[in-house]
Amino acid sequence: MGYTFAEKVLARAAGLPSVVAGQVVDAKPDVALSHDNTAPIARIFRAIGLEKVAIPDRMCITLDHAAPPPTPKHAQNHVEVRAFVKEQGIQNFFEVGRGICHQVLSEEALVLPGQLILGADSHTTHFGWLGAFGAGVGRTEMAAIWATGELWLRVPESMKVIVTGQLGRGVTAKDLCLHLIGMLGADGGLYQSIEFHGPAIERMPLAERMVIPNMMAEFGAKNAYLPPDEAVFSYLAERRARRLNSAFSIQHSAITAMAVYPDDDAVYASTHVINADDIGLKIACPHTVDHVKSLREVAGTRIHQAFLGTCTNGRLEDLAAAAEIVKGRHVAAGTRLLVIPASSEVYADALRAGYVQTLIEAGAVFGTPGCGPCMGVHMGVLGPGEACISTANRNFKGRMGQPDAEIYLASPAVVAASAIRGVIADPREIE
Amino acid sequence: MTVAQSAFSNPAPLRSGDDSQHSTIIGKVWKYGDGVNTDVIFPGKYTYSLKEPNEIAAHALEDLDPRFATEAQPGDVIVAGRNWGNGSSREQAVTALKVKGIAAVVAKSFARIYFRNGINQGLLLVTCPEAVDAAQDGDTIEIDVEQHVIRLRASDDPHPSTPASTGSASAQDAREYPFPPLSPTALSIIAAGGLVPHIRKKLGLTNTEVVSNE
Repeated sequence: MGYTFAEKVLARAAGLPSVVAGQVVDAKPDVALSHDNTAPIARIFRAIGLEKVAIPDRMCITLDHAAPPPTPKHAQNHVEVRAFVKEQGIQNFFEVGRGICHQVLSEEALVLPGQLILGADSHTTHFGWLGAFGAGVGRTEMAAIWATGELWLRVPESMKVIVTGQLGRGVTAKDLCLHLIGMLGADGGLYQSIEFHGPAIERMPLAERMVIPNMMAEFGAKNAYLPPDEAVFSYLAERRARRLNSAFSIQHSAITAMAVYPDDDAVYASTHVINADDIGLKIACPHTVDHVKSLREVAGTRIHQAFLGTCTNGRLEDLAAAAEIVKGRHVAAGTRLLVIPASSEVYADALRAGYVQTLIEAGAVFGTPGCGPCMGVHMGVLGPGEACISTANRNFKGRMGQPDAEIYLASPAVVAASAIRGVIADPREIE
Repeated sequence: MTVAQSAFSNPAPLRSGDDSQHSTIIGKVWKYGDGVNTDVIFPGKYTYSLKEPNEIAAHALEDLDPRFATEAQPGDVIVAGRNWGNGSSREQAVTALKVKGIAAVVAKSFARIYFRNGINQGLLLVTCPEAVDAAQDGDTIEIDVEQHVIRLRASDDPHPSTPASTGSASAQDAREYPFPPLSPTALSIIAAGGLVPHIRKKLGLTNTEVVSNE
């Protein structure tokens, strides 16, 4: 009997020859991620009765959720995080403006194929794009990881999603995810490891691949996985060689050797085949991510804010797609277009490529790289009765700070087209 | 708040038996539907500005049911549909209910991070779809943890359980719904009083010194 990706990675992380779905193991994460919540986690950590963390070299901390801080209370939280980082000698700390944790750790090549990353953030599933096992945990669990270097995990059952065919014109990985979540529900992948396979996945550019495991948090998944290939190895090796000032070829071969693939005869709880050709443009409607409709069903819905950003869709390619739509046009009266690059690297690259200028000339406003208004903290929260179309991953009631507002989720091009029209619009129909 | 209290500080007056085992809980039902997410259990806009437990509890479920934060009583039980607690990893979505004194959440299923946070904070989470379908808002629910069974009485039941109840079954006319027990790992964390005391024990920090948490 063969093993799934989850079984293989968790066996290694637990130091066991093999494990099977359902087994509970004590696993040692290679990377432990936290962000603005580092300060409250540190308070729990001290309550355990320890002074020094066991794993400073495996910890990565970003300030991204309320960055720059909108209130003195948020600023005080950052002060506490910086003091903790200094006190514990943590090297992988990323300041306000560097970007969103999942994007930054990807860019810095701090997570590698086959590794286990646990994060005090529900979208830690993100790292499946590079063939790692990423799972979100709670604050107390993160404090326990800092204290002991390990955490109990139940080895998840696995779901296999095979994506055949090819995504049509204007159809993106976001649409694929919304299609899957709409089809099986927000708990369709509950507690499971979701493995994506098939030609449509293999052909996907890296920026598109990053969307998929990120969105699988909205499917109830514990983690998600895309098989890493040469494009992934090169992306990581080039960045790691740059960061560590070491030879690319050594990095490349070492990273390639870390990749983990499921066995052909691994046991899956279920298998779903999706033909990419059948997927159209999708919108998640208020107030749940599985309330999915086709674009044409909601086209024409008035929107007040269009938000392009987040760990889901705030990358260079996303800004490029939006810039292509808005070039030479202007955001509709009564509508605003808010753009928040996922990282400082994305911001700088978009500036060099001219996308920033194109977007600003079309009436867009830019925010500091980070999470922005995604969870309603600041920098573009909604007013009562307003509707927002967003590239984010969540549209829960009250999510963007106002329970009487509506949030629609879509791909970057749809968000840009909707900003231009002032209503939900199909980018393929923008002349 | 202290570690000893924070891990198992449920002030539910209607409960009997060994605290650390939650042996039997009796409370009033607050019934909710499917897919209640962390943003409505505890809004994200407060996550880095509110840290006092009572402040956190004051906003529990405010976007879903404004009555809850003011009217829920210690010992009450939330009964909900599928995927309770989906969304963010924020632990305040558990803490808010614990500080309110909510004794347990019974649901058709739980989002995975919420389930772990519940265990780690010592909030009893019970998966029992049949009981959820049967329970009505305002019913009296009895959760017998040792017997893995839920008993329900309608709010107009002529023999409701009272605060003086010792948790004895009194099940002659209650409807009964069995539920699966928790895993041994989860039970050992709960028995220790939550993850923090569990870790302290594991690390040999066994003195009873009270350490400030928050």
